[in-house]
Amino acid sequence: MEKIKVLVGMASCGIAAGASKVYDKIFELKKLENLDFELVKTGCTGMCFREPLVEIIDHSGSFLYGEIDEKKAVEIFEKHIKNSEPVKDYVVKSDLFETSDAPYFKGQVKTVLRNCGVIDPESICDYEKQNGYKAIKKILNENITQETVIQTIIDSGLRGRGGGGFSTGMKWKFAYNNKSDEKFIICNADEGDPGAFMDRSVLEGDPHSVLEGMIIAAFAIGGTEGVIYCRAEYPLAIIRLNIALSQAREKSYLGKNIFGKEGFNFDIHVKEGAGAFVCGEETALMASVEGERGMPRRRPPFPAVSGLWKKPTNINNVETFANVASIILNGAESFNKYGTEKSKGTKVFALTGKIKHGGLVEVPMGISINDIIFKLGGGIQDDKKFKAVQLGGPSGGCIPEYMSDILVDYDSVNATGAIMGSGGMVVMDETTCMVDMARFFLDFTQKESCGKCTFCRIGTKRMLEILIRITEGEGREGDIELLEELAYQIKDGSLCGLGQTAPNPVLTTIKYFRNEYEAHIKDKKCPSYNCKKLITYTVVEDKCTGCVVCAKNCPVNAITGERKKVHFINQEICIKCGVCFNKCKFEAIKLS
Amino acid sequence: MRIKRIVNEINSTTTDSTIEIEKLDPVIEKFRNKKGNLIPILQATQNTFGFIPKDAFEYIAEKTGLLLTDMYGVATFYAQFRLKPVGKHIIKVCHGTACHVQNAGIITESIMEALKISDGETTPDNLFTLESIACLGCCSLAPVMMIDKEVYGKLTGKLSVNIVKEIQLKEKN
Repeated sequence: MEKIKVLVGMASCGIAAGASKVYDKIFELKKLENLDFELVKTGCTGMCFREPLVEIIDHSGSFLYGEIDEKKAVEIFEKHIKNSEPVKDYVVKSDLFETSDAPYFKGQVKTVLRNCGVIDPESICDYEKQNGYKAIKKILNENITQETVIQTIIDSGLRGRGGGGFSTGMKWKFAYNNKSDEKFIICNADEGDPGAFMDRSVLEGDPHSVLEGMIIAAFAIGGTEGVIYCRAEYPLAIIRLNIALSQAREKSYLGKNIFGKEGFNFDIHVKEGAGAFVCGEETALMASVEGERGMPRRRPPFPAVSGLWKKPTNINNVETFANVASIILNGAESFNKYGTEKSKGTKVFALTGKIKHGGLVEVPMGISINDIIFKLGGGIQDDKKFKAVQLGGPSGGCIPEYMSDILVDYDSVNATGAIMGSGGMVVMDETTCMVDMARFFLDFTQKESCGKCTFCRIGTKRMLEILIRITEGEGREGDIELLEELAYQIKDGSLCGLGQTAPNPVLTTIKYFRNEYEAHIKDKKCPSYNCKKLITYTVVEDKCTGCVVCAKNCPVNAITGERKKVHFINQEICIKCGVCFNKCKFEAIKLS
Repeated sequence: MRIKRIVNEINSTTTDSTIEIEKLDPVIEKFRNKKGNLIPILQATQNTFGFIPKDAFEYIAEKTGLLLTDMYGVATFYAQFRLKPVGKHIIKVCHGTACHVQNAGIITESIMEALKISDGETTPDNLFTLESIACLGCCSLAPVMMIDKEVYGKLTGKLSVNIVKEIQLKEKN
């Protein structure tokens, strides 16, 4: 009988949810009882809303257990691992029977995330068992030419997954056409877009797939050196990348004459970012690698002509590289059979915000936003009303509920004023104020503007000031028009993508939620009861039973009152967090 | 805007006699004369001291020939670099989009209230520094915060204060 395999999801988010304790518990029991089974630390299955996750694969099938703590781990150990009796109550996915969470996986097609949560990311053997490094070996063994590799990528229709949406194959072709004895391959892992975490997941769950993608790119364009520019906020990703790199070097998959091919020299090293959103822009990223302030420069010359250290350079995003090996191995058709006419393949989305089932989903391009949110994501938390979805982070925009039947591909999303970006999807319900969202994003871009272009540096600051005054009830007649005017000037007067897209969150919210702006400015009201200067929490005296629940839960002790007597909220101390409102069982807290 | 930070912090970089500047020698040895070495040197310096002391800038300039202006320009550009000492524990409250939507502001405000410090400040006993950061990438557990290397998810104001107080208690004993 084959050995039982127990996988514990140990990506950053799993660890944050408590996966380490679960792993340690199972490890301890395994040792104590001297049982023979395979215990593996794996990456993220994408089912973040049920973390920590433990998967058990035995002779009968696979069982994914969700929301496991130490106590449940002991129970599963006793019943399932020791006595082969699955604990069905905790199973969230199985290949043997239906579960209530099964719809989350229906409609997903896993290419990029194929190995995440399946293999041990710290084992090169595990990756090789899943056809790892077969694509590059196929190229070398069958003497496939550089041109053919590039053509295959062009034919697949793969477009840059970092947000640009430029054809990956064409990019490679440009870099290939520029002759130089030194060429660089850069992997952009500076995932600064708040609300997106697919790159982290891939790096933590399947780092070798990114390395293989980079090696194939190096072969195709004649790259001699690789750099992975990874943000410092992802310490685990950096650790696992470095493990993967040394394993690949040991096997001669990196270094000199790699894969036994004479003259094929390519090595990769990790460069840690230092915390600047603008470094996701390719020219700023290269400046940062060179050790300078991460400020973008004019293009042309494009990186393919003169990039890092003035050599031809090809830059792709993590998710883009993770797609490459499978395209080479299975052919362009395996990729372009999914998707729409101009947007091929699958795309990973990070589903977060006020959604029931938040996590990572990989779906074919061309699926509707509604399907992602309601079929896969299970709808809105607490069954509140769906208001909008924010796509593309600080460079993107908000798509309102009534447009949520649009299909997700680069062009349809661009038409709404949002952008695909890296695939962050933040869902908002009726309690989210759209003016506040615009303020939030402007606050972000204003801080992250590198300061090179006047319009971006000063314009975003002025826009932020206007948005702050609107959310504080100090908005003036004509502010909306002023915001729009500034927005178009910033778009026109900025050098890089950061400035050119920074006004998008404001423009889309004005376009689709103008009434909310007007309510703030004219009526001094926040329709979503969100903007703190415009709301107050008070106690309804007839309804208050003096149960002290509100006072106990108040984080700043603004509520006073004795047991069984009416309570009182001190407005001077109150930070308007709404905890009392949510905790009160007697509807005795009024929000106005 | 990144430029603003320079003005705020330029005066706060103080000469500290307790800094053992020789600790930098292996770092300098490792990176000297390598192209693109400026950021890794500063990162290693910060790992050594917890921040980048004024003395370190001058020491590195002297030993490597890197220009003070370049180093200062880089150190003030990137959010990661700190020019003043920090507390023993660094509380990083995530203010990414998902956390913002799930009310991350309350987490910062509650901790500010509990520790009686503002965002970006260090407690007088040098135990905690409170920071806001852009995104930890644990969006599905929003709102989240990170204290040292540990990430805490699905927080409320009260819960976050309790976690901080627990650490406080441990330190006292």
